[in-house]
Amino acid sequence: MTTARTLTTVTVVGASLAGLHAARGLRSLGYDGRLVVVGEERHRPYDRPPLSKEFLTGDGDPGEGPGRLALTDPEEEAELDAEWLLGVRAEALDTAAGEIRLTGGRALRTDGVVIATGATPRTLPLPRLDGVHTLRTLDDATRLRAALRAGAARVVVIGAGFIGAEVASSCAALGLDVTVVEAAPLPLVPQLGEEMARVCAGLHARGGATLLCGTGVAGLRGSVRVTGVELTDGRVLPADVVVVGVGVRPVTGWLEGSGLALEDGVRCDEGCVTALPNVVAVGDVARLAQPGTARTVRAEHWTSGMLQGAVAARNLLAGATVEPFEALPYFWSDQYGARIQYAGRRASGDTVRIVEGAPADGGGFLAVYERGGISTAALGVDRPRPFMRLRRELARAPQPAGR
Amino acid sequence: MIPVCRIEDLPEGESLRVEAGDATVAIAVFHTDGAFYAIDDTCSHQDASLSDGWLEGCYVECPLHAALFDLRSGEPTCLPARKPVRTHAVTVVDGMLYVHPAVRTVPGEPVHAAPEEAVA
Ligand SMILES: Cc1cc2nc3c(=O)[nH]c(=O)nc-3n(C[C@H](O)[C@H](O)[C@H](O)COP(=O)(O)OP(=O)(O)OC[C@H]3O[C@@H](n4cnc5c(N)ncnc54)[C@H](O)[C@@H]3O)c2cc1C
Ligand code: FES
Repeated sequence: MTTARTLTTVTVVGASLAGLHAARGLRSLGYDGRLVVVGEERHRPYDRPPLSKEFLTGDGDPGEGPGRLALTDPEEEAELDAEWLLGVRAEALDTAAGEIRLTGGRALRTDGVVIATGATPRTLPLPRLDGVHTLRTLDDATRLRAALRAGAARVVVIGAGFIGAEVASSCAALGLDVTVVEAAPLPLVPQLGEEMARVCAGLHARGGATLLCGTGVAGLRGSVRVTGVELTDGRVLPADVVVVGVGVRPVTGWLEGSGLALEDGVRCDEGCVTALPNVVAVGDVARLAQPGTARTVRAEHWTSGMLQGAVAARNLLAGATVEPFEALPYFWSDQYGARIQYAGRRASGDTVRIVEGAPADGGGFLAVYERGGISTAALGVDRPRPFMRLRRELARAPQPAGR
Repeated sequence: MIPVCRIEDLPEGESLRVEAGDATVAIAVFHTDGAFYAIDDTCSHQDASLSDGWLEGCYVECPLHAALFDLRSGEPTCLPARKPVRTHAVTVVDGMLYVHPAVRTVPGEPVHAAPEEAVA
C-alpha cells in the first residue's frame, strides 16, 4: 500500500474549486512533497457560481482575469507552494508508468493523482452560429456578458435547469426580453419533485421571463448570426442571443485507456479513492459509492466540490479510505431576487410539507420532504435561518433505510 | 454610535441587523454566551447576511456556505471565508444597546486624517 511517505509528487488535474481544495487539504495535512496543478484554463482558480448571477448583471468593467472571483490570493499561493501549469491540458493518464501526458507531448512523472477535471456543458446538435453561447467558464461568461450588452434585445435560453434559470433571471434583470424553452413538461422535477418544481418554475413569470415547457428545439435560424430558435412544435422564437443550458457531462475523455472505471464520471469508493489507492477523484467529475446501497452518486454542487477535496487528500495520503465523504448534499441558487436552498436526499414519492410561509404568496417559504415520517430533505426560498436549522437537523438525523 | 434596541428586546441566542449611520454598511448584532457582539453583517466570502446565521457560543455560521466566524475577532475559522469581517464595539447605557461602527479602511491603504472642514 502506498503511504504518505512514499508520495513524492502529487499532481492535481483541474485547477478549479475541487482541485484547489484538494491541494489545500494536502498541504494542511502536512504533505510537503512536490505539488503540481495542471489546468486547461489560463486562469488561476476562480469561483463559478457568480458567473450566471452577479457577473452577468454587474456594472462597470469586470476586467481581465478572475478579479473578485479568484479563489486564491498571492499570499495563499505562496503558502501552497505548488507548480501551476495553466493553459495546459492533461491528455492522458498512464497509471502503470506513473505518468500524465500533457498538451505538446510533455510527460509528467507523478506518484499521486487528484482528478478534478469537473464537467463541461452538454451540447445540442445545432449549427455553430454567432450569438449562441454555453456558460461554464469565465471566458464563456465574459463573451456572454459582452453579447448581452451589445444591443441584444431578445434572449432565448434553452433548458430551465438551475443555470438556465439563473441566466434567464440575469437577462431579465438587464431588461432583456427572455424566453426559456424546456423540453420536459416541467423543469427541475428530478431535483425537487413535482410540487416544488412547479413553485420554482413560477419564479420565471414573477421575474418577467416567459417559460415554455414541453417543447424541444428543432433548430436554429440564421446564417452567420443566430436570428431565432425553431421549436419542435413549429413555433419560431426570434433571438439575438441564445444560451444553451441543457446540463453538463463529466470530463473523463482524457482518462480513456487509463484502466480507471468511467461511468458517467470517475468511479470511486465512498472516500473519493479509485481502484488505485494513489488516484483520487473530486468534485463534479467524481462518482462516489454510497455506503450501504448499490447506488453511486455524482454531485454537481459547489459545496461537494469544496468538501471532497479535503476528504480525498486525507485518503490519498493515508493510502486507503480512512474517511468517507458523508456530507449532506446541499446547493443554492439565486433567481429573480429569490434565494433557493436545498439540502438532503429526497427520492421520488417523498411527500412535501410546508413548515413556514406559503409558496403562493411569493414571500418565501420553507418545505420539508418526508418519507415514512422521517425528514429526507429541506427546501427553502428566502428562509436562510430556519433552513439552516433544518439542514443541521438533517445532517445529524438517521436517513431512511435503503438510501 | 447607533442605538440598536433595549437589551430585553434581544434575548440570548438572537441576532439583529442594523444599518450603520451612513447606511453603506449593515451590522449584525448578537446576544450569545451572556454578552453582546457586533460584526459586519455581510459575510466576507460572498453576500450572505450573517445576522441570519447560526449562533453557537461565540461563533456564527454563515447561512449560505457555512463559513464560521469568531464574533470576538471577526476571524473566519474555516473555509470558504478567508478574510475577517470587521468587529464593532457594543455598549449598554441605561438598558439601551448601542454599536459604535468601526471606521472603514481600505486594506493596505494608509489612513489619512480628515481635512479640517470635514470634521463635524
Ligand atoms: C455558471 C455556474 C453557476 C453555478 N452556480 C452554482 C450555485 O449557485 N450553487 C451550487 O451549489 N453550484 C453552482 N455551480 C456548480 C459549481 O460551480 C460546480 O459544482 C463546481 O465548479 C465544481 O468544481 P470542480 O472543481 O469539480 O469542477 P470545475 O469547476 O468544472 O473545474 C474543472 C477544471 O478542470 C479543468 N480541466 C478539465 N479537463 C482538463 C484536463 N484534461 N486537463 C487540465 N485541466 C482540465 C477545466 O478547465 C476546469 O477549470 C455553478 C456552476 C456554473 C458553471
Ligand atoms: S457567503 Fe458566507 S460562506 Fe459564502
